[in-house]
Amino acid sequence: MALQDVCGLHNPPLFPQWSAPLSRSFMPEDSTHLSGGGIHGEAFSTRLPGRGGLSPLEFYMPIAEYLTESPINFGQTSLSSAPTKLLEIDHLHPSLPSISAAADTRSSCSGLVACPASPKVLPIHSHLVGTTSGTSADCALWKRILARELRLYKLRHHRRLSTGGAAKLLSHMLHPFKGTELCVAATLCGWDGDDEKHEQPITEKHANTPTNQMTASNSSVVRSRSRICGPRVIYVCSDGLRLQGELFSVGSGSPYAYSILDSSVYWGMSVQEATEVAREAVYRATYRDAYSGNNVDLYHVTAKGWRRRERENLKEEYYREKERERARVAERNAEKKAILKSDDGEIV
Amino acid sequence: MEYLIGIQGPDFVLVAADNVAASSIIQMKHDYDKMFKLSEKILLLCVGEAGDTVQFAEYIQKNVQLYKMRNGYELSPAAAANFTRKNLADYLRSRTPYHVNLLLAGYDEADGPGLYYMDYLSALAKAPFAAHGYGAFLTLSILDRYYRPDLTREEAVDLLKKCLEELNKRFILNLPSFTVRLIDKDGIHDMEKLPVGSK
Repeated sequence: MALQDVCGLHNPPLFPQWSAPLSRSFMPEDSTHLSGGGIHGEAFSTRLPGRGGLSPLEFYMPIAEYLTESPINFGQTSLSSAPTKLLEIDHLHPSLPSISAAADTRSSCSGLVACPASPKVLPIHSHLVGTTSGTSADCALWKRILARELRLYKLRHHRRLSTGGAAKLLSHMLHPFKGTELCVAATLCGWDGDDEKHEQPITEKHANTPTNQMTASNSSVVRSRSRICGPRVIYVCSDGLRLQGELFSVGSGSPYAYSILDSSVYWGMSVQEATEVAREAVYRATYRDAYSGNNVDLYHVTAKGWRRRERENLKEEYYREKERERARVAERNAEKKAILKSDDGEIV
Repeated sequence: MEYLIGIQGPDFVLVAADNVAASSIIQMKHDYDKMFKLSEKILLLCVGEAGDTVQFAEYIQKNVQLYKMRNGYELSPAAAANFTRKNLADYLRSRTPYHVNLLLAGYDEADGPGLYYMDYLSALAKAPFAAHGYGAFLTLSILDRYYRPDLTREEAVDLLKKCLEELNKRFILNLPSFTVRLIDKDGIHDMEKLPVGSK
């Protein structure tokens, strides 16, 4: 089988522990199966560095010394959604703080639109949403790893890890991969604090996601500590950059969005206004940037958790704007004609 | 792109750093603090490659705190500087060198104030004044001309303002605001952000 060959598993007898417990591991120096790619020549690299003698069921934790090349090197271009446009506005009405996160939905792959409807804002748990930019696969994987770690933290310590803690955790997990081709630029938007007093978070339209299971477990009694609680937006990048702020725009279309946001966002705006501005910013970026487009997803994070607005196709918005422009031009022409007519009337 | 400056007086050290956190051509944050407090009287100013700065500075910061917890007393600025330099040097010829430029400023009860200049090749030098970044090319000669070992605090702040004015005038990048801190025998004092009136 192709996958078996790629992983170097040729002779089943070499891996009697296929069904063995996960904790057993081989000597890393056992490389009899590493040469398995010989049959296929040099078509693609089968030297998965650092796999050593790990059984395929074990989770592969890369060792820094072995990262001589990209861990995923099967000769295909990575699906890159680097070109996304997404932004977070930590708009605060003084008494009702919340976060709006918006993103486009185009995933491109060397000049083609690989997927016009990919979700770039991924919920991590009931009160934390992460926007993704960079390589789609990397983002999806690391979001899942982060979600797992946060869940484990919650089970062990009986409280949610703060957004800052989650960002630091993600940043430190990505640090060993610095210098490789891993590309993740995520913005974590979360609500910190003791929300156990509040009711269940509203999760419309997402009845099937695992997030629901997590919200159900929120009702357990938790010691509430006196710490700063409220919304938090933190940008984490695979370079290692970690920034906390109120407004971020990430991706290839981000400069176009920044210009809209910087003029329209202010402290104390309402949720409707913020949604409008976010939508407009994403629309403008999809207009100008080739790698952004298709739909816009909007999430809203409050003390009660995240809520999702229905995905909107920006094609409609584009045509509506064209229509508005046409109407405006027609109106201007009509005015000009009216003025000329009245002038003629006076002269004649 | 980033700028650090330190001026040592007879009984204080004045340090300033710009507040811009940039990612390629975009300023992502305008109020980013590049100073890390190692102990009550030691500050580490750190600029350089994106993730390396925070990773390395936090590593040094936590280790200095650990030393204090284990031994009951704090590292002196000279010891902290040499410790930092040793770590930087150890990583220099590894597979993951840290590309960071540092200024370490501190006040020691016995030795007085100290300013240490360190670069990414882990060269360490104790200096009366120092600067990092492209801005250093423009401001070091101002410091050479006007610095005196017996500066008062007001004079040091004036000298700093002169340097920042020059940057505003001649440096191609816009660095709108700078965090300024002063270390003396009473600890670390936050001073007003320069230029005056900037957010």
